[in-house]
Amino acid sequence: MEKVRSFLASFGLPRLIIAGFLLLLFIVAPFVGIRVGASISDTLARFGMNSIMVLAMVPMIHSGCGLNFGLPLGIISGLLGATLSIETGVTGPLSFLLAILYSTPFALIFGWGYGKLLNRVKGSEMMIATYVGFSSVAFMSIMWLILPYSSPTMVWGYSGSGLRTTISTDGFYSQILHNFLCLKVGTIEISFGEILFFALFAFIIWAFLHTKTGTAMTAVGSNPIFARASGISVDRQRTLSVIMSTWLGALGILCYQQGYGFIQLYQGPMYMAMPAVSAILIGGASVNKASIPNVIIGTILYQGIVTMTPSVMNNIIHTDMSEVLRIIVSNGMILYALTRKSGASR
Amino acid sequence: MRKDIDIRKFLANNIVPIIFIVLCAVCIPLAGYSGQYLVSQIITRIMRNSFLVLSLLIPIMAGMGLNFGMTLGAMAGQIGIIFITAWNVVGIPGLLLAAIIATPIAALLGWFCGKMLNMAKGREMITSYMISFFMNGVYQLVVLYGMGPVIPLHSDQVILPRGYGVRNTIDLISVRQSVDNFWALTIGGVKIPLLTIILIALLCVVIIWFRKTKLGQDMRAVGQDMEVAREAGIKVERTRILAIVISTIFAAYGMILYLSNMGTLNTYNSHSQIGMFSIAALLVGGASVSRASIKNVFLGIILFHLMFILAPQAGRELMGQAQIGEFFRVFISYGVITLSLVLYEIRERREKAESAKAIAAQQKEAKA
Repeated sequence: MEKVRSFLASFGLPRLIIAGFLLLLFIVAPFVGIRVGASISDTLARFGMNSIMVLAMVPMIHSGCGLNFGLPLGIISGLLGATLSIETGVTGPLSFLLAILYSTPFALIFGWGYGKLLNRVKGSEMMIATYVGFSSVAFMSIMWLILPYSSPTMVWGYSGSGLRTTISTDGFYSQILHNFLCLKVGTIEISFGEILFFALFAFIIWAFLHTKTGTAMTAVGSNPIFARASGISVDRQRTLSVIMSTWLGALGILCYQQGYGFIQLYQGPMYMAMPAVSAILIGGASVNKASIPNVIIGTILYQGIVTMTPSVMNNIIHTDMSEVLRIIVSNGMILYALTRKSGASR
Repeated sequence: MRKDIDIRKFLANNIVPIIFIVLCAVCIPLAGYSGQYLVSQIITRIMRNSFLVLSLLIPIMAGMGLNFGMTLGAMAGQIGIIFITAWNVVGIPGLLLAAIIATPIAALLGWFCGKMLNMAKGREMITSYMISFFMNGVYQLVVLYGMGPVIPLHSDQVILPRGYGVRNTIDLISVRQSVDNFWALTIGGVKIPLLTIILIALLCVVIIWFRKTKLGQDMRAVGQDMEVAREAGIKVERTRILAIVISTIFAAYGMILYLSNMGTLNTYNSHSQIGMFSIAALLVGGASVSRASIKNVFLGIILFHLMFILAPQAGRELMGQAQIGEFFRVFISYGVITLSLVLYEIRERREKAESAKAIAAQQKEAKA
């Protein structure tokens, strides 16, 4: 009994409820006429699309900057890279590499500035990060209209200037990772391309956190005073973590676009931080602790619920309330993490 | 020399309103609106928004920062409005009934919000922000699926043709401007709604009076230092919850006034927009996370909404696209909140460092 209780405490009740709910959905699904194979493939595809954005949370949580609500800033670097890559007119897999290449300098510069800013507001990073994200999205909305893009696939047809709200990545890098090493086992479709891509970056982050710099970063996160006493530059570690998070955010949105098939500009990235934040929290992370398994479990659970609820609900009660449920579950999870005592130090 | 420092300090403390005054001064000639139009627009917007913005003052006094949870009050107000429209209660009695329905809902939501914030001391703002997101989901669940089958409402005007769920927009023709038109003067082509002014003035008086009551004093003590207040025998948790409850209820009333002035209800958007705009307006008026006065409220509403009226037109004149102006004002609202929060944090840290230095110097002197 004692063991069960301690397991419950470490796993967290909400997480258990969510995992149980997902399991229930998978059990119910065949009885209401949903092909489980297709659902699993969908969940995996969404995992591939979203996992890197969730991974982007890890460095900042490690260095004690809290949850990265400023993810839209990284997303914007990704969008800049994506649009610049399409502007050059290169097609196929090369365009994806170009997009990564072009977005990198933006991510580094934005991340650096964002990190410097967060260093000056220690203690309320999360609130300010949220608004940094929002204001950068609003600012870029103006820029998308003004910047001199000219590729006919991207600008409005009738005026010849200003980018469209959604741009298709068809012919450029749509499904590039998804179709790479895509295996079909029965009805289940597994894209090893996306999973390997995620695994590569997850491994890099994992390995980084075990280097000297990575350990220093964790030290800064768990006890800044101790870290400073042992000669670590707190501000530098924090800035570095923010740059990493921002860059991963840029990569994350590119990965998302290749799976989704479209680039969403203007107000599109506004609320994209929320699903990523709540996914890592569902995976067992807290405001000041996160690991790679948290990312994997969280993304599967979150995306599983997002894919399964609409279809199951629709078939049972013929109403789609999944969007509302998604809002309640994901924001409820964030709320739970914020109000927990263990994270009260920050 | 001394004066020089004072000017710099004044600039540093009031940078946000100053930016806005400059922006407005640039935009007024660009947009080319007539003075009368601008004045009447500003008066309408003061009438519409000041009750809502005033509701933010009390949690700031209690040291809980900007109450992003005011959205909860707005939701309660909207539920009241939905009911009276469905029951077809018109005019001022209708609005009163809406307020009566909204009060217990707002109190309950406020209590929930206060409880949550007590569990997240030190990061109230981000938590109240997430609460507003979370409750938005619950609100949608109730309004989009609950109203009709669970909560009996049968009115074609309100309920969607499918039999449950509330329409996207509701025309509030039955209560439209009923408070504003009840007793209004027209001076030089500008309508001045006296009853609304009286209501707003009343709320200002209540807030000023409230600061002097025992509860108000307690709140200020809690806002200054929670531990000291607890030592002094103040029930800190209870005081903080009360501050949020009062704010939420005022926000509900403010929302009802706002909607009756607007004349339409955007069932799924109005509340979340109103939270952001009210907070931005308050900050534009020169308020900070820990200090806000009635003066800030009115200055803020005037400057923020002047910008709001001018930006699209100025954007069209300057760039040839009204949309740039639209995006610009969204950027400005978010940017202002970001800037004020950052400036507040930086100032706070500097003050802390200075007081620490002063204490260290004192100790050194004492030793010597």
